[in-house]
Amino acid sequence: MIDHDLLRRTLEVALGRGGDFAEVFVEDVRTSSAGFDDGRIEELVTGRDRGAGIRVVVGGGTGFAHTADLTDTGLAEAARVAAAAARGAGPGGRTVGLDRSRRSDTVAVLDPADVPKARKVALLQRADAAARAAGPAVVQVSARYGDARRRTVVANSDGVVAESDRVTTSFSVGVVARGDTGLQTGRESLGRVAGFELFDDHDVAELAERAAARAVRKLAARPAPSGSLPVVIASGSGGILFHEACGHGLEADLVAKGASVFAGRLGQQVASPLVTVVDDGTMTGEWGYLPLDDEGRPAARNVLIDGGVLTDYLYDLVRARQAGRAGTGNGRRQSYRHLPMVRMTNTYITAGTTDPADIVADTDHGVYVAQLGGGQVDTASGDFVFGMTEAYLIEGGRITEPIRDGNLIGNGPNALAAIDAVGNDFAMGSPGTCGKDGQGVPVGTGTPTLRVPALTVGGTAA
Amino acid sequence: MSAPDLDALAADLVGRAAPGEGLEVAVSRSTSTTVRAHGGDVESFTSAESFGVGIRVVVEGRVGFAHAGSFDEDVVADALAEARDNATFAESDPWAGLAEPDGVPSAAIDPWSPALAAVSADRKIALALDLERATRAADPRIRGVRVATYGDSAAEWAIASTTGIRATSRATTAFLSVQALADDGASTHSGYGVDLGRDPDALRPDRVAAEAVREATRLIGAAPVPSARVTVILDARRAATLLGIVAATLCGDAVTRGRSPFADRLGEVVASPLLGLFDDATDERSPGAEAVDGEGLASRRTALLEGGCLRAFLHNSSTARRAGITSTGSAIRGARTLPGVGARALQVVPGDGDLDEVLARVGDGFLVQSMHGLHSGVNPVSGDFSVGADGLLVRGGALAEPVREVTIASTLQRLLTDVVAVGGALEWQPSGTGSVPLAIADVALSGR
Repeated sequence: MIDHDLLRRTLEVALGRGGDFAEVFVEDVRTSSAGFDDGRIEELVTGRDRGAGIRVVVGGGTGFAHTADLTDTGLAEAARVAAAAARGAGPGGRTVGLDRSRRSDTVAVLDPADVPKARKVALLQRADAAARAAGPAVVQVSARYGDARRRTVVANSDGVVAESDRVTTSFSVGVVARGDTGLQTGRESLGRVAGFELFDDHDVAELAERAAARAVRKLAARPAPSGSLPVVIASGSGGILFHEACGHGLEADLVAKGASVFAGRLGQQVASPLVTVVDDGTMTGEWGYLPLDDEGRPAARNVLIDGGVLTDYLYDLVRARQAGRAGTGNGRRQSYRHLPMVRMTNTYITAGTTDPADIVADTDHGVYVAQLGGGQVDTASGDFVFGMTEAYLIEGGRITEPIRDGNLIGNGPNALAAIDAVGNDFAMGSPGTCGKDGQGVPVGTGTPTLRVPALTVGGTAA
Repeated sequence: MSAPDLDALAADLVGRAAPGEGLEVAVSRSTSTTVRAHGGDVESFTSAESFGVGIRVVVEGRVGFAHAGSFDEDVVADALAEARDNATFAESDPWAGLAEPDGVPSAAIDPWSPALAAVSADRKIALALDLERATRAADPRIRGVRVATYGDSAAEWAIASTTGIRATSRATTAFLSVQALADDGASTHSGYGVDLGRDPDALRPDRVAAEAVREATRLIGAAPVPSARVTVILDARRAATLLGIVAATLCGDAVTRGRSPFADRLGEVVASPLLGLFDDATDERSPGAEAVDGEGLASRRTALLEGGCLRAFLHNSSTARRAGITSTGSAIRGARTLPGVGARALQVVPGDGDLDEVLARVGDGFLVQSMHGLHSGVNPVSGDFSVGADGLLVRGGALAEPVREVTIASTLQRLLTDVVAVGGALEWQPSGTGSVPLAIADVALSGR
């Protein structure tokens, strides 16, 4: 993608005022998407973005510059700007050898760029027809197809030069249903680090039927209860609970700043003994699959909480250097315009042994959450929220009436410690985008069915 | 790359249009600086220049779009070819099309400070470092600062089309923000302060630090309270957040496709008679002020709510065509996106009094300090509203116990009709909204 000798020269310019570390990150992204809405193929969009981000680390400070100009002069200018921004005061003249070569090739079987656009738009029409077949209550259907190929090369003054080629393909459907109670929505999405072969294993019509059925079911929903109740979270999308309740709080940058409730608690029991939390960038094809992170470090399966005991935090390169330890493969960036920081990949809780049906049967009065939307956490206090996009009452050990959308709120450490049942039905959830400090990256989450004995349900009913 | 003439570049690309082909080109260039301070040092200093080009092709109602992050001729030519190819796969939309010049003159505003370009790197660094230091020093209970940030940008863009649109626009912004952490030994709470202006001289660092410190420290000892129906008070910043969500449900794309709870209610009373709301990007006081919108049409004032009555929706040229009216100049976009529809500079019609006076009028209630999970807890189609919150109880018009880990819930429809007090102290938010404190009765608070 780019001449290694040019990368080496750029690094030497970046270190021209001294510095402990320098890095060049070159990215070339091609995206294509097609949107269907309101009964028609609405628009197809193609994007191309290429450029380089250069950083220079001096002590605890980082200088960063980025440029869309990948010529010799463009990169040298950006390297000088980064060096000036890092305010190094040392002598330059350091030479760099790029001798630690790493590579991660695409796992896509069928490159979406080689697939005719007509086949992509046909998927959208198929999804629309399937959703509308759910009945006259369905009044609006939107669907989106997207693919991206992101090729990156990162080279640094430690001699690492890592090339990565990542193809993702995704599809989502949103349905609006209208009834006596107003409008309701249903949404399903699918996304993998894979090529167009994604649709050999997944039928978009089925995805659309699920979204439509959800919207129609919710028309009968009554207001959600309010107050503290036992909450049973279904396998799959419930993994967002751990992403918010503890994942962010285990990111080493927040820990180091005292902005995490989990700071200083390594080796302590921070969760129920039923809980083992893993962040794993090696899960081939999952939305958070990241064989080499954006700093060129290989992914790993990192056990963060083992049987309830806090065993490790997540690190990027800078935080690992500061801590004098190896990284964990969690240095990620939204694009070449962004500095890397500590981010999750695929975060999940491992399966337990209980039959999920028994967890519901054993709950006298509570809420069953079939699908969770996004969430948010204040890592300093540990308070988190996440949205129910399909939920039901549990009455007398049975799932009964649907309830309207609302948020659940809890405190990370309290909720983790209280989990009293974990099912044997592990599943990964929908593809997600995790936001932190203005940067969004793709992440996966997963969980078996589980129960938290007390979460605050943010409804309007008494 | 030398500084290209954006307007000439856009016009040159439009000149490549084939006969019968509608072509619109938006190009942007921006420079930005971000300084993050932590622990008395510069954590990072980012200096950047970005380019964007977006090409929209419309042929017989079929729309194709392509974008790129550079002005390199090979990349731009590829983008044009892709946009054309994309248009052939779209289905014809009778309302699709480019904006047409509508004769509305652009306001004579130029939200650009020439002083920004002369600000030295050292001064930017000092602003971030001083902010962190002032925040730490303000109160012994402040245990740390997650990050103190100075940022600025200078952005210029141009838009041209085969329908005769030819517009340029530019803006500078500078901001300071800080997130403070307060600790009483048992728990940690965060508070946030922010200020935004056209250049560093417009920023008030003392105010930013004081706001973050006040918000973090006053939550010390916060705990959940029992569930109840309460009057919720939102300060100007949080009121702006809520009104921004409401404004999104009043946008042409949601409304014309039946995706808004207010879609069929034009001309009806949908809010308390106390509430007036309009969008006006010609008001130079707003951070969102700009002479033209994302399709190059002049910005203008659009009344949304007057005395609680729903007067209008916001439209870009396509959604307006579908609604059978004219654009309200509400196209929002970056060069890399198709024009959407959105409020650009919302403004509340002020009532009376500052926050303290609103608290006194309400007597008992819950002052919301932060709302969490807005993206997951608000359904802009059904109107269901449920968000995590922290803040302080209000008793006898005075602030009382701090509260955390509760939710507040209602629907967007009810929140609007239940407004019982509108403050008069207009404050401009970074989002562009000119906002005042609001009080809303009968909101379900869910706690322990």
